[in-house]
Amino acid sequence: MSDTLTFSLVSPERELFSGQVDQVDLPGTEGNLGILPDHAPLMAAIRTGAITVYADGKEEQFFVQGGFADVTPAGLTVLAERATPMADVNRDDLQSEIDRARANLETLEDEGALAAQQNIDGLEALFNMV
Amino acid sequence: MASLKELKNRISSVKNTQKITRAMQMVAAAKLRKAQEAAESARPYAERIRGVISNLASSMGEGGDAPKLLVGNGKQDTVLLVVATADRGLCGGFNTNIVRKAREEIVALERAGKTVKLYLIGKKGYDQLNRLYHDHIVKYISLKEERTLHAGIARNIGEDVTSMFEAGEFDVAKLVFANFKNVMEQDPVAQTIIPANASIEVTEDETSGLDLNGAIYTYEPDEAGILRVLLPRSINTQIFSALLENQAGEMGSKMAAMDNATRNAGEMIDNLTMTFNRTRQAKITSELIEIISGAEAL
Repeated sequence: MSDTLTFSLVSPERELFSGQVDQVDLPGTEGNLGILPDHAPLMAAIRTGAITVYADGKEEQFFVQGGFADVTPAGLTVLAERATPMADVNRDDLQSEIDRARANLETLEDEGALAAQQNIDGLEALFNMV
Repeated sequence: MASLKELKNRISSVKNTQKITRAMQMVAAAKLRKAQEAAESARPYAERIRGVISNLASSMGEGGDAPKLLVGNGKQDTVLLVVATADRGLCGGFNTNIVRKAREEIVALERAGKTVKLYLIGKKGYDQLNRLYHDHIVKYISLKEERTLHAGIARNIGEDVTSMFEAGEFDVAKLVFANFKNVMEQDPVAQTIIPANASIEVTEDETSGLDLNGAIYTYEPDEAGILRVLLPRSINTQIFSALLENQAGEMGSKMAAMDNATRNAGEMIDNLTMTFNRTRQAKITSELIEIISGAEAL
């Protein structure tokens, strides 16, 4: 049994994180997930929110928007549509993002609206955290 | 024979041109490095997403509930060619090669009795294709205003293409762009992006080697739900990597073209300087002869 998890976080533009970690907390569409070493193979969709990485007794947070977590025996890979280190996220950007998403919400219906609402909820939760 | 003054002017004008081409070459070289880095760092995502899709696709099979984006809508009558070119010229045969590839595709498809629609990215491709296939163009976008390529651009294009597919405007989509091999070589290719299984079959062997130790994948939400979100994303990713490849190719091609231009200008300057010196000496000699013969006549 390995006591660390190989974790990598990639966005379309670049690889944000790659290395050995103790635990990763993910915002799944169906609820939050905590991934520990030797997790069973899993493929989960991710909603807007924060990923927390625990390594060497330290925590590191990333803001992600949409994507997938792929757990295999080789480790955990998160394919995020958008990802930024939490340190680079500020309230102003989030606020304008929320406003934009709200305006967009009115043009959508059914499934699209549901996804957009989820996105807004995640953004607002983050906004309160920052 | 041109006068000395004229020659001097020409030499200085060629020198100025050489300065410009040399500067452009250096700018292209710097941009090329950046573009290559961008293409490099985008690769892990593209590879992972391809692996995940082929994994899912092989477990889904050809069942009736497979999404249309994956298996196609059963027809192949209308083909959408997404042609990505650069927005700027002065990069050798880069744009022309992509356009030529697109034209070959159009001719082949039309000969097979299919309807061709064109979705153009980049001004140079538009300029060239607009002349020949004006009626085929359904959309044209220029990325000139964008300072850097980011995934958002590709996402917009991808969503656009996907919604056109869902509206039944075409059956098959192909992406035409240039694969960056090295500075001298950019390979124009046509890659099928819709239906998605056309591009996956190739990679299936590699990923079947993925060892799960006999464990079974858990999907959250279900497989179909994930696939439905993942497929458009994979199309976006393919468009994004095509744009990145193109950017690197454009810069590489520009660098080579400008290097050539700088060298040609150097050659021209040498020749002109030679002519200039010869003319100057001929003039001095004839002046001397005039003076000497004038003195002798006294």
